[in-house]
Amino acid sequence: MPTNTYLNAATTLKSWLLTRDHKRIALMYIAGITFFFGIGGFFAALIRLELVTPAGDLLTDETYNKVFTMHGVMMVFFVLIPLIPASLGNFLLPLMLGTKDVAFPKLNLLSFYVYLFGSLFTLYAIVAGGLDTGWTFYTPFSTVASTSAVVPAALGIFINGFSSILTGLNFMVTIHKMRAPGLTWFRLPLFVWALYATSLIQVLGTPVVAITIVLVAAERIFGFGLFNPAVGGDPVLFQHLFWFYSHPAVYIMILPAMGVVSEVIAGMARKQIFGYSFVAFSSLGIAIVGFLVWGHHMFVAGQSIYSALVFSVLTFIVAIPSAVKVFNWTATMYKGSISWQTPMIYVAGFIGLFAIGGLTGLFLAAMGLDIHVTDTYFIVAHFHYVMVGGAIMGYMAGIHYWWPKITGRMYNEFLGKVSAAIVFIGFNLTFFPQFIAGYAGMPRRYHAYADAYQVWNVLSSAGASILAVGFTMPLLYLAWSLKNGEIAGDNPWGAVGLEWNTTSPPPTENFHTQPIVTWDAYEYPTPVEGHVV
Amino acid sequence: MSNGAAVAHDAHAHHPALAHHFESLDAQKEASVLGMWLFLVTEILFFGGALTAYMIYRTWYPDAFAVASSEIAILPGAINTAVLILSSLTMALAVHAAQTGERGKILVFIAITMVLGAAFLGIKAYEYHEKYVEGHIPGLGLPFRFEEEYYRPAQIFFSIYFVLTGLHALHMIIGLGIMTWMLVLTRKGVITPEYYAPIEISGLYWHFVDIVWIFLFPLLYLIGRHVHHVG
Ligand SMILES: [Cu+2]
Repeated sequence: MPTNTYLNAATTLKSWLLTRDHKRIALMYIAGITFFFGIGGFFAALIRLELVTPAGDLLTDETYNKVFTMHGVMMVFFVLIPLIPASLGNFLLPLMLGTKDVAFPKLNLLSFYVYLFGSLFTLYAIVAGGLDTGWTFYTPFSTVASTSAVVPAALGIFINGFSSILTGLNFMVTIHKMRAPGLTWFRLPLFVWALYATSLIQVLGTPVVAITIVLVAAERIFGFGLFNPAVGGDPVLFQHLFWFYSHPAVYIMILPAMGVVSEVIAGMARKQIFGYSFVAFSSLGIAIVGFLVWGHHMFVAGQSIYSALVFSVLTFIVAIPSAVKVFNWTATMYKGSISWQTPMIYVAGFIGLFAIGGLTGLFLAAMGLDIHVTDTYFIVAHFHYVMVGGAIMGYMAGIHYWWPKITGRMYNEFLGKVSAAIVFIGFNLTFFPQFIAGYAGMPRRYHAYADAYQVWNVLSSAGASILAVGFTMPLLYLAWSLKNGEIAGDNPWGAVGLEWNTTSPPPTENFHTQPIVTWDAYEYPTPVEGHVV
Repeated sequence: MSNGAAVAHDAHAHHPALAHHFESLDAQKEASVLGMWLFLVTEILFFGGALTAYMIYRTWYPDAFAVASSEIAILPGAINTAVLILSSLTMALAVHAAQTGERGKILVFIAITMVLGAAFLGIKAYEYHEKYVEGHIPGLGLPFRFEEEYYRPAQIFFSIYFVLTGLHALHMIIGLGIMTWMLVLTRKGVITPEYYAPIEISGLYWHFVDIVWIFLFPLLYLIGRHVHHVG
C-alpha cells in the first residue's frame, strides 16, 4: 500500500465530516445511498410480501399506498438520482481529468449535506404520517384530497433537488475548466461525456420539478388555486411540469451507468471503444431529445391526439442514441480479449436487461399498446428493467471495477461472480413475471388482486428474495475486503486512463506530478490478427 | 509527509484567495463566473415553470386575466421598476469600483444597492397589504372578493401573482444577504483589483433578479389593461 493516501491523510471524524476532498465526499455519498437503498428495499420487501396472496391481508389499503409511495420516493430521489454521479462520478471525475479536485470543493461538500438533510427530512415525513400519493404527487389528490404528510415529503425532495443541481453545475464547470494540459474534449473518457450529459439534465430539469413542488405546496398550504379544477385549474398541467423533469430524470439514472459500461468494456476487452465519437455524442443526443418526450406519460390523460402523436414519434427517436451505444459496445467486444471478471459480468447483465427495458419502452411509445398497458404491472416491470437492470447494474459494475482504486484492495472475485449471477437470476425472476401479469391486465398500486395473477406474483416475490441475497452479498464481501482484501496495486486490470496512472488509493492531491496528456482515450495496443495476446 | 503540494506552496507565494486546485486567479475567476451563469440558467427554468402556468391560464382565461390584472394599482409597481433599475446601476458601479480597487466606493455603492433593494421590498409589502384590504388574496381562508363572472379564474391569476412576486421577493431577500456578505469581504480587504470575482458574480445575481422583475411587471400589471378599460 502507498504510504500517503487520501484515506490516511487525516483520520479524525472532523477530517471526514468537513472534508473538501472529492474522494471522501464520494465515500460519504456511497454510505448515504446504501442506507437509503436499504430503507427503499425494506418497503419493497413489504410490497412483495403483501402481494404473495391475492387478498389484501398483510397491509391495509391505506398502509399499502404509503408503503409503495415511500419505496418509490426513497429509490428514485435518494438512491437512483445521486447513485452514480454523486458517488463514482465524484470520485473519478477529477482523477479522469487529471486535476486535484472538482471546481468548487466547498460547494461539493455542501451538496452532500443538502442531500443528507433533504433525504432525512423526507424520512421524517414517514413518521409524521407517511405519504400516500405515489412518488408522482399527482394533483388534485396531492393538493386537496390526501391526508398524509405531503408537504414535509415534498419539501425534503425540494431541498434534495439543490444537491442534484449543484452537483451537476459543479461537474459541468469542472469538465470545462479543470482538464489537464493536453486533455482535449475528444480525448476524454466516455464516462466523463456521460457525466457531462447527465449534469446538463440535472441543471436544466431539476429547477422545473422544484417550481412544480413549490406550486403544489402553495396550493396545499395556502389554499391557492393553481391546479385545482374547482377554480378552473388544470391537473394535467401539473403532469406536464412534473414529467418535464421526471422523464429526463430516468436519463440522470441511466446515462452515467452507460458511461460506466463504456469504461468497463474498454478496460476488460482491452480495446479502443468502437465509434468513440458516436458513443460520446449519443449521450448528448439522449440528454437533448430526452427533454422532448415527456408527453408519453399522458397518453390517457386527455392530451390532444396531435401532441400525443408528436410525443410518440419523439419517444421512438430517443431510442436511436441508446441503440447506437449498445451496437458500439457489442462491436467493441467483438474479437476483444475479454476478461470475464465481476465488473464485466455486471456489464453483460446491464446490456441484456437494458435491452429488454429499452425495447419494452418502444412498446409503450406506441400509443395503442400504451393505452392497453397504462397503469398495469407492465409499466412497473419496464421501468424496473431500466432503473434496476440498467442503473443499478451499471453502478455495481462500476463499484467492482474501481473498488481497487478506491480502497487499494481487491474484493473476492469468486463471491463477486456468484453474487452477480444471483442478482441477474433474482432480478429476472422478480420482474419478468410482472410483464406477463401486467400484459394480462393486473393493475399497479393495489394491495389486492384477482386470483388469476397469483402465480406471477408468487414468482416475483420469490425472485425478490433471491435479489435481496444478491444485493446483501456484495455489502458483506466488500466490507470484508476493506481490511482483508488482497493488495490491489495501482492498476490491477491493466487499463489505460488517468485514474490508473496514480497510486491506489490515490493521494489527497490525486497525482504526485501534474499529468500532461498526449494520447487518446483507450489507446490499447492493437492485437495482431490471428494472434492471441 | 512532504508531498508534492507542500513543495509547490513553498516554491512560489500564492495569492491568499487562490484555491489549491487552480493554476491561477484568472482560471479560478473564470470557473466561478461560469458557475454563476449556469446557476442563473437554473433560475430561468425555475421561474420558467411558473411562467408556463401563467401562459397556459392566460390563454385559457384571457378576459379574467385582463380584468384581474387591471385591479392592481400601477403606481407602486412602476416605482418599484424604477427602484430596481436604479439598483442595477449602483450594482454595476460597485463592480467597476472593485475592478479599480476603490474600496470606499465599493462600500458606498453596495450600501445604496441594498437601500434600494430594501425599498423595493417595503413597497412590495405595501402592495400585499393592499391586496389583503381589497380581498384579493386567493387562499389562507380569507374572503376572496371579485366580480361574479370571473370569480374562479381570477383566483388563479392572483395565486400566480403571489407565487411569482413572492419567489421574486425571496430572491431579493437572498440578494440582500449576499450584499451584506460582500460588505464584510470588502471591509476585511479581501476584495482587490486582482481578486474581485465575489463582487462580480454577486452582481450577476443581482442583475438577474432585476431582470426577472422586468418581465413580471408587464406580465402581471400591464398586459390587457386597455382591454378592460375600453370594454
Ligand atoms: Cu418517460
